[in-house]
Amino acid sequence: MEINPTRRIVLRGAGSIGAVSALMMAGLLKPTAVYAADWNKAAFDAKDTAAALKTLGAGTPAEHKDLMIKVPDIAENGAVVPVDVVSNIPNTTSIAILVDKNPTALTSHYSFSNGALAEVSARIKMGQTSLVRAVAKAGDKYYVAQKECKVTVGGCGG
Amino acid sequence: MADPMKIRASMKGDVAEIRILMSHAMETGQRKDAAGNTVPAHFIQNLTIDVAGKRIVEGQTGTAIARNPVFGFKMKGAKAGDKVVVNWVDNKGDKRTDEATIA
Repeated sequence: MEINPTRRIVLRGAGSIGAVSALMMAGLLKPTAVYAADWNKAAFDAKDTAAALKTLGAGTPAEHKDLMIKVPDIAENGAVVPVDVVSNIPNTTSIAILVDKNPTALTSHYSFSNGALAEVSARIKMGQTSLVRAVAKAGDKYYVAQKECKVTVGGCGG
Repeated sequence: MADPMKIRASMKGDVAEIRILMSHAMETGQRKDAAGNTVPAHFIQNLTIDVAGKRIVEGQTGTAIARNPVFGFKMKGAKAGDKVVVNWVDNKGDKRTDEATIA
């Protein structure tokens, strides 16, 4: 069975590559299921910020002046809210963006390597006015920055 | 097959800026259509960016990313002419890979 390199990378985190390949050969796992295994379902299913942070292993992060989050004060359309996060904390390896009052708090999670700066800009959906939090991992510590964004029209239910 | 991504990558001093526009419905699974049926969730779950053959960003995304997602990232150590490869996979197994060159 041929294993293509991208799939190999995606499989990381799903346990031993050998074991997974064996399962795939046995037809027990479809490729889609394997991809999903690399997606932190527990964290994305968590209803509130505390539970999502716990699943990410972040516990109760401390605030840090070198972690910045930028969201608009007022978002007229909750379906498209621009968020910018910049971490100047040395050795930041990942950033997560969470919205406290969304049905599921975690919006997305990014890991950086090979020269990538610990910065991300994205557009998120917000169901209602809420705190938006950025959680950065630097070394083995977690830090948080937060800002409130008022939403006049929600973007989750449609 | 989904529509191609638009990728813009350019050097600003010694930092490469990479902006990506993906074409995707990003259905949350909570919306109802005109007939009152719930529209099933359909959203991008994983994205990766490689520059000059090296993985620089791995992202996991949920339903709370806006429709037609836009992402911006920056990196040091790249140069004009380096190849940028962006990949995404959604919860239904659809995927897309597109390339650009740093200007």
